Amino acid sequence: MARNISFQQAINEALAQEMERDETVVLFGEDVVGGSGAPGDDDAWGGVLGITKGLYPKFPNRVLDTPISESAIMGAAAGAASSGLRPVAELMFVDFLGVCLDQIFNQAAKFRYMFGGKAVTPMVVRTMFGAGIRAASQHSQALYPIFTHIPGLKVVVPSNPYDAKGLLIQAIRDDDPVIFLEHKALYTLEGDVPEEPYAIPFAEANIVREGSDVTIVALGRMVQLAEQAAGELAGEGIDVEIVDPRTTSPLDTDTILESVENTGRLVVVDEANPRCGFAADVVALVAQEAFADLKAPPRMVTPPHTPVPFSPVLEDAYVPTPATIADAVRATAGAATPA
Amino acid sequence: MSAVAPPGTGDVTKEQVLEAYRVMRTIREFEERLHREFATGEIPGFVHLYAGEEAIAAGVIGHLGPDDYVASTHRGHGHAIAKGCDVKGMMAEIYGKATGICRGKGGSMHIADIDQGMLGANGIVGGGPPLVCGVGLTAKVKGTDQVAVSFTGDGGSNQGTFLEALNLASAWHLPVVFVVENNGYAEATSSAFHQAGIDVAKRADGFGMPGVMVDGFDYFAVRETAGEAIARARAGGGPTLVECKVGRYYGHFEGDQQTYRGPNEVEDLRRDRDCLDHIARRVTDGGFVEQSDLDAIDRAVATLIDEAVAEAKAAPDPTPADVLTDVYVTY
Repeated sequence: MARNISFQQAINEALAQEMERDETVVLFGEDVVGGSGAPGDDDAWGGVLGITKGLYPKFPNRVLDTPISESAIMGAAAGAASSGLRPVAELMFVDFLGVCLDQIFNQAAKFRYMFGGKAVTPMVVRTMFGAGIRAASQHSQALYPIFTHIPGLKVVVPSNPYDAKGLLIQAIRDDDPVIFLEHKALYTLEGDVPEEPYAIPFAEANIVREGSDVTIVALGRMVQLAEQAAGELAGEGIDVEIVDPRTTSPLDTDTILESVENTGRLVVVDEANPRCGFAADVVALVAQEAFADLKAPPRMVTPPHTPVPFSPVLEDAYVPTPATIADAVRATAGAATPA
Repeated sequence: MSAVAPPGTGDVTKEQVLEAYRVMRTIREFEERLHREFATGEIPGFVHLYAGEEAIAAGVIGHLGPDDYVASTHRGHGHAIAKGCDVKGMMAEIYGKATGICRGKGGSMHIADIDQGMLGANGIVGGGPPLVCGVGLTAKVKGTDQVAVSFTGDGGSNQGTFLEALNLASAWHLPVVFVVENNGYAEATSSAFHQAGIDVAKRADGFGMPGVMVDGFDYFAVRETAGEAIARARAGGGPTLVECKVGRYYGHFEGDQQTYRGPNEVEDLRRDRDCLDHIARRVTDGGFVEQSDLDAIDRAVATLIDEAVAEAKAAPDPTPADVLTDVYVTY
């Protein structure tokens, strides 16, 4: 039965249900218990934002705090996955990728290929990303394009509580390494989520809103902003379709292309930096596969090619907004058909 | 023939000695042959040879069973052979053939067989130590008595991954052993410089685990030290750092002119410190093992390596379409 719960609760519930179902699922990371070895409460934090709160008391042998050693955490996940566990390792902020990428992209991601198909590495890296909470340059990035670029990894970017639960369950059951990116500004977002476990397959885009004039492809928190823009544009007579790919690797190219075939117009909204990013990837896909269907040049709505700034005024100018999205859609809708 | 092991060789049995000798001889022949074959230009890419260090692979991995794991280094052929990887499949892999142990996708630097508990040679210096922490966690969570061993060079011991892994293994009290094969060189830079000449084993104290130094040319010494560390790990006593002082007979990679080494350094090592000479002398002097037993192993190994090279050369290449397979389990 579905209840209205938050994105954060949906993730916690997915973890609890999978740990209950499968004794090989383990959870570790910095402060995922939060309080290990300290004189106060066990499970004092349950994650830096409390996402894993309550899991340690239920599964005391399978929820582990770690030293602040991201390379060791990611490598331990790869080693555990290679030897019979299904680890869910937490990389607290995706920005910390800089100190541990090797264990993800040179080790876990490549084992199966380098070892001639023998390796199975069923690990999940849960990590928090995204701007909007004044956390500045080293705690706000949207680095999913970096993971998407790496063969061997699967990359999940949920946009709502229902998807968060179903995609995380799929990630844990999946036999390949999965990077699961949680937008920190979505944790309190509420939505209807069934209580029972369910898995949402990867590479199945969600058509968030059907429309006939312009296709918006958006991920993560950008889906919400796109919905706001679409509501505004509806009043102007522009009928927007929103496609949420949910996973960037594998990518549901069919749904994106079908939508563009119907609308002929594409706007990609992406919180990552623009160069060699997700938006550019989708635009390239459409240019290559659906050029004849295009009635106007595709547009990318992204932050500028800068780090994420701190000051609220600057950060608000950095992140796409419903207004900048709506402007791009209007420009696309009004653009003439290419000769 | 004496049934009693020679003094200083522990409680080793004749069968164990012969097996260790077989492993060491196989590694030596494999590497010496690769040295010659690489010079012909027929082997693609890079190879890093383990010759000179065989006593460590045999002395450590001899204590491990099929369910135990090792994570290796770029100089990984010896660990793979000792862990039971198929020698012919390894040779074919190094030649880049479809019959290779990794179907030609890994090569020398990624030689691996997960089914044998061999988590791979590793092209990233210091890449292995974090992996064994994960294996140790598996053993703890599942309640098995499995042990995981990571091998690292003196160069790798300066990577953050190594230090992070030591600390995590200690914090989680894991059944792992960190073996440092200190051959004196991180590529071309001497350990006298890159670790200020200070023994890696001393770092163990800073992580709350035993740190032991051992002569890496001496199979019996390695066997005894590693045996204690592995037994402690298996019994739930936590991790150990073992530093083996050793030397390599070849360069960092094949083709390395080794102009950084001293005059006669390698010749002296081969003459005075050869681990195969050492084990043979120790076990034959007192009649614990007959020289003829060792000679029989030598002949069998020579035949195996000859066949491995011949079969590798004759084996089919992968097909270009194979580039697309083995990326994901499902996608």
